Amino acid sequence: MSAISSIMKRELQSYFATPIAYVFIVIFLIMSGVFGFYFGNLYERGQADLIPFFNFHPWLYLFLVPAVAMRLWSEERNSGNIELLMTLPVRKMDWVLGKFFAAWIFIGIALLLTFPMVISINYLGNPDNGLIVASYMGSLLLAGGFLAIGSCISAATKNQVIAFILSVVVCFLFLLSGFPMVLNFFKVFMPQVIVDAIASTSFLTHFDSITKGVLDLGDITYFGMTIALWLYATSLIIDMKKAD
Amino acid sequence: MIECLNLTKKFGHFTAVNDLSFTANKGQVLGFLGPNGAGKSTTMKMVTGFLEPTAGHIKVCGTDIKQDPIAVKQKIGYLPEGAPSYGEMEVGQFLHFVANLRNIKANLLKSSVDSVVQRVNLEKVFYQKIETLSKGFKRRVGLAQAIIHDPEVLIMDEPTDGLDPNQKHQVRALITNMSKDKTIILSTHILEEVHAVCDRAIIIAGGEIVADNSPSEMEKMSRYHHAVSFVSDLDTGLLNKIKNMNCVLDVDYDARLKETTVFPTQGLFIFDEISDFLRKEAIQVKSLKMEAGRLDEVFRNITQTVGEREVLK
Repeated sequence: MSAISSIMKRELQSYFATPIAYVFIVIFLIMSGVFGFYFGNLYERGQADLIPFFNFHPWLYLFLVPAVAMRLWSEERNSGNIELLMTLPVRKMDWVLGKFFAAWIFIGIALLLTFPMVISINYLGNPDNGLIVASYMGSLLLAGGFLAIGSCISAATKNQVIAFILSVVVCFLFLLSGFPMVLNFFKVFMPQVIVDAIASTSFLTHFDSITKGVLDLGDITYFGMTIALWLYATSLIIDMKKAD
Repeated sequence: MIECLNLTKKFGHFTAVNDLSFTANKGQVLGFLGPNGAGKSTTMKMVTGFLEPTAGHIKVCGTDIKQDPIAVKQKIGYLPEGAPSYGEMEVGQFLHFVANLRNIKANLLKSSVDSVVQRVNLEKVFYQKIETLSKGFKRRVGLAQAIIHDPEVLIMDEPTDGLDPNQKHQVRALITNMSKDKTIILSTHILEEVHAVCDRAIIIAGGEIVADNSPSEMEKMSRYHHAVSFVSDLDTGLLNKIKNMNCVLDVDYDARLKETTVFPTQGLFIFDEISDFLRKEAIQVKSLKMEAGRLDEVFRNITQTVGEREVLK
C-alpha cells in the first residue's frame, strides 16, 4: 500500500474512533437542513430546486471546515508525534496530501449524507438533477479550498483554538472578496478590471457560478490551484515550525 | 554505522550543538550523557533527519542524509523522547500502520508485527487503545515501533525514563540482545544504565563533547577509582592512622552509614594494605570492598566545569 493511502486510511479511522466524526456529521446535517428549510424557505418558495440549500454552504463551511482542519497538524505538533512522522521514510508531501484527502473525504461523506434532500425534492417536483450534481461538486470544491487553508494555518500553530480562529478569519476573507457589498465599495473608485480581479479571488464567485449550473473548467482550475498552493505552503510551514 | 562530522545546530542566536563529531560503529551501544539542555536530543534529532543541521555532515551506513533522507530514515529506528504515538489507535493497528509506512512487504507484515509484539511483550494489550495504557506499556509500544523493521541503526531518546525497575531491566536486556548487529545510540540520565548497556559513553555539555570513552575507562577518572571502603565503628585515632599511611591520599567518613572510604595516592592499589591494617588493629568490619569508580562523580566534575565556563563566557 502506498504511503498516502496508508495515511489516509489511518486518519479516516481516527475520525471515526473519536467522537469528532459523529458530532461533525450530526451538526452538519442539522444545520444544513435548518438553513435550507427555515432561512432559505426551500419549501415555501414552491420551486423544485436546492438553491437555498446550497446557498448556505459557504457560511456553514466557514465554521465547520476549520473545526475539522484545526487538528490536522497542530495536534501532531502538540503531542510530539510530528517527530515520529517526520522520521519515518515518507515524503513530507505524502503526509500533507494524505491528511488533507482524508479530511476532504470525511467532509464528502457528511455531504453525501444530505441525500434525503435530493430525494425529497425529486418527490416534490421535477428539479434539474444535473444542476444539483454540479452544485454538490461545487460545494465539495469549496470545502476543499477551506480545508487547504485550514491545513496550512494548523501547521503554523500548536494551539488548536488559535488555528481554528485564524482559519475562520482567513476563510472569511476569501469569501468576502466576492461579496456584493465589498465589490460595490471597490466599484466606486476602481476600474471594473480590478473589481473583477478582486471578485475572481473569491471562493464565493466561483462557487456561485458552479451552483448556477456553469461547471466551467476555469472554476474547477481555480479551486484546484488554490488547494495546491495552500498545501504546498503547508509543507513549507511544517519544515519551518516543526522544531519549536 | 553513523558518522557525524562537525555538526552544528543553531536556533536563532542560541547554539544548541557546536561542532560535534563522532563515529559510532556496528555492534556498539553508544550512550549520550549530559545535563538537560546539553544538546543530546538535538543531536539525535539531526541524525534521525528530523532537524537539518546548520552546518556539518551526517552519514548513516555510508549514505549522506542530505542527499537521500528517505533511504537514511528507512535504515533508522527511532524512539523519540516521551515515546509519542496515536492514543486513539489500538496497539496492533498502530504497529501495522508504522510497518506499512516502513515499507515492510505485505506478506511479511503480519509476521513482523507479531514478532515485535512478542519481543517487547505487548501480547496482552494488542487490542487495547494506546491512550489507556500505562506509561511502561506506552514506552514499549514506542520501542516496538522503532525496531519493527529490524533497523541497522537504532536511536533512542531516554528509553527507560519513567519505567519501574523491572521494566528497565527488560528494556536493557532487549537492547543488549539487539546490540550485536546494530549500531545503537541512546541518551540517558541514569548513570547505572550506561554501565548496564553501553560500551561507550559520550558526555555532552554545552553542545560539545567533553568526554568520549568506555564507561570503565571513565570510572578511572573518578577519585573513587580503586578506593577502598568499609563499614565499621572507627574512632578518630584510627582514622588518622589510616590517613597517615603512605599510600593513602585522603579518608572520608560517612557518620550516618558508618562507612569509611579510603582514597589511594594516584594510581596505587591499596586494598591489601587496608585489609592488613584492619586485621592488625582487630577492627570488626561489616563489609569491605574496592570501588571501580563513580560515574556520577566524573559526570558532575566534567559537566560542572563546562557549566561554569559557559557562565563566565
